[in-house]
Amino acid sequence: MSTHASGGAASAAAGARAGWGDPAFAGLARLCGLLVLLLMGGIIAVMLYGGRLAFSTFGIGFLTRSVWNPVLEHYAALAPVYGTLVTSAIGVVIAVPLAFGVAFFLTEMAPGWLSGPLGTAVELLAAVPSIIFGMWGFFVIVPIMARDVQPALIHSLGHVPLLHPFFSGAPFGTGLLTGGLILAVMITPFIAAVMRDVFNAMPPVFKESAYGLGSTRWDVMRKVVLPWSRTAVIGGIMLGLGRALGETMAITFVIGNSNRISPSLFSPGNTIASLIALEFPESAAGSLKLSSLLALGFILMVISLITLACSRLLLRTGQTVRR
Amino acid sequence: MSATTLSLPARTRSTTLLRRRRLIDHLATVLCGLATLIVLAVLVSILWTLLADGLPGLRWRTLTHVTAPPGAGGGLLNPIIGSLIQVVLATAIGTPVGMLAGIYLAEYGAGSAFAGAVRFVSDMLLSAPSILVGLFVYLILVEPVGHFSGYAGVAALVVLVIPIVVRTTEDMLRLVPISMREAAAALGCPHWKVVLLICVRAARAGLLTGVLLALARISGETAPLLFTSLGNLNWSVSLNQPMASLPVTIYQYAGSAYGDWVQLAWTAALLITAGVLLINIVARVGLARQDSR
Repeated sequence: MSTHASGGAASAAAGARAGWGDPAFAGLARLCGLLVLLLMGGIIAVMLYGGRLAFSTFGIGFLTRSVWNPVLEHYAALAPVYGTLVTSAIGVVIAVPLAFGVAFFLTEMAPGWLSGPLGTAVELLAAVPSIIFGMWGFFVIVPIMARDVQPALIHSLGHVPLLHPFFSGAPFGTGLLTGGLILAVMITPFIAAVMRDVFNAMPPVFKESAYGLGSTRWDVMRKVVLPWSRTAVIGGIMLGLGRALGETMAITFVIGNSNRISPSLFSPGNTIASLIALEFPESAAGSLKLSSLLALGFILMVISLITLACSRLLLRTGQTVRR
Repeated sequence: MSATTLSLPARTRSTTLLRRRRLIDHLATVLCGLATLIVLAVLVSILWTLLADGLPGLRWRTLTHVTAPPGAGGGLLNPIIGSLIQVVLATAIGTPVGMLAGIYLAEYGAGSAFAGAVRFVSDMLLSAPSILVGLFVYLILVEPVGHFSGYAGVAALVVLVIPIVVRTTEDMLRLVPISMREAAAALGCPHWKVVLLICVRAARAGLLTGVLLALARISGETAPLLFTSLGNLNWSVSLNQPMASLPVTIYQYAGSAYGDWVQLAWTAALLITAGVLLINIVARVGLARQDSR
């Protein structure tokens, strides 16, 4: 703000020669800011416009029915929306404890010489392209799931009264659980990075006074650090959830590609993003199928924008509370 | 006397409590170490799989031959060149736009609602599903034209580059001390010169890091290219034609039933991961040096 005022005074003093430079540059910078807004608006508007045929043909039934039948040209969103939510939920449930453990270990437990390289390794995992996770999942995780994990789960939990619908079916290795597992591995570094930054941002004097009173590290984490950083931690989790909802390539390899809703976590499914990636090449321009895919894209956009907006607000609230 | 008899059970209670708290603390330590080990194991497993399966196919002829039908001994030349063209062009176009928007947020937008909206939307664009960016570009650049093109692929990647550069530019410019701006302004420097010649120069290492991170991020992006540049099995460097890229080639080859195609997919995956991780390490080393200065 003070730069603003001094900059304005300076340009006035520099005279007419530089007079046009300032407004021109400021205008250009502002225009680029506007472009960011237009891009986001454009993406939402184009999805909605492209999906209008599907919305007008199927009406509200597009959201409430689970049929996806290219032969009869009946499309509805419930099955891929279900797949998206279930895989993301599995991913977050697995990723949050892992990420918390990593962040806690990096900030409080690891000695200085170790925490730097470890932090870099976690950040590198976040940088691995999603298609690599997909390939790795398909060639490494799916066989393990099919051979060991899923038979063991069917054997142990498949007969427990309330749980058995979730853990029954054939152990193909692919499916919702595997998809959720890959998502968990992908979003753990993101959540861990946010948590680590939040934990590190806490003024050391709080922790030191708790340690001075004889607290153990776990006491400090649970009674001092976590209550203080709760909002921002939830913001970080929401950020991970936002990533999981829109993840495409990793899921496409392991999800199994089926458009039916089944309670079993081993059954093949689809997420919105994987359905778009798999079915788009087979849909002709202007067809009802393409329009349905775009309508699905619009739904995904809305879901992930709401999640990301919540995440941003929580992270920002966490920051202002901290200052 | 009575005081000591009273304090004895109290003391044993406090020792058991202390013991329990220490036990919980040890348990937490073990579990957290285990979580870190799991995450590290994933990274090692991915790198090991890539090396074990990708390295055998990494030969000179793989890099110098274009893709061919299964069994015909094709290579990866056109995906490599196609990826380079699209990624470099997208970074070159997206960087100035993102940087200007970041400059606007850091230098001009203090307290304005418009700047707040731009910052908010840019952060959401940063994590928005990239496949939807592909759909968006398909509808505005592919469907009206009637065919897939390298241009469309570049456009989709530009949309991904901009928010990354906006974020790092704003963060890095905010680290530049306000006294430098004031000193330049006191010498009669117009505001735009203060920004470009003083602030941007002072933050240039950090800004370069942002560009490198953006480059690394879009190098591995597959979903936005599926519906825009599509991939091309023939040699072509025309941006007006469908254009091959490493990630899309991985996607097409990894799921195929032909052994040599799967081998090429692994080699391509090794190349792309090595490139992305290398850029990341370089960027982080540069950033660490900037911080220590």
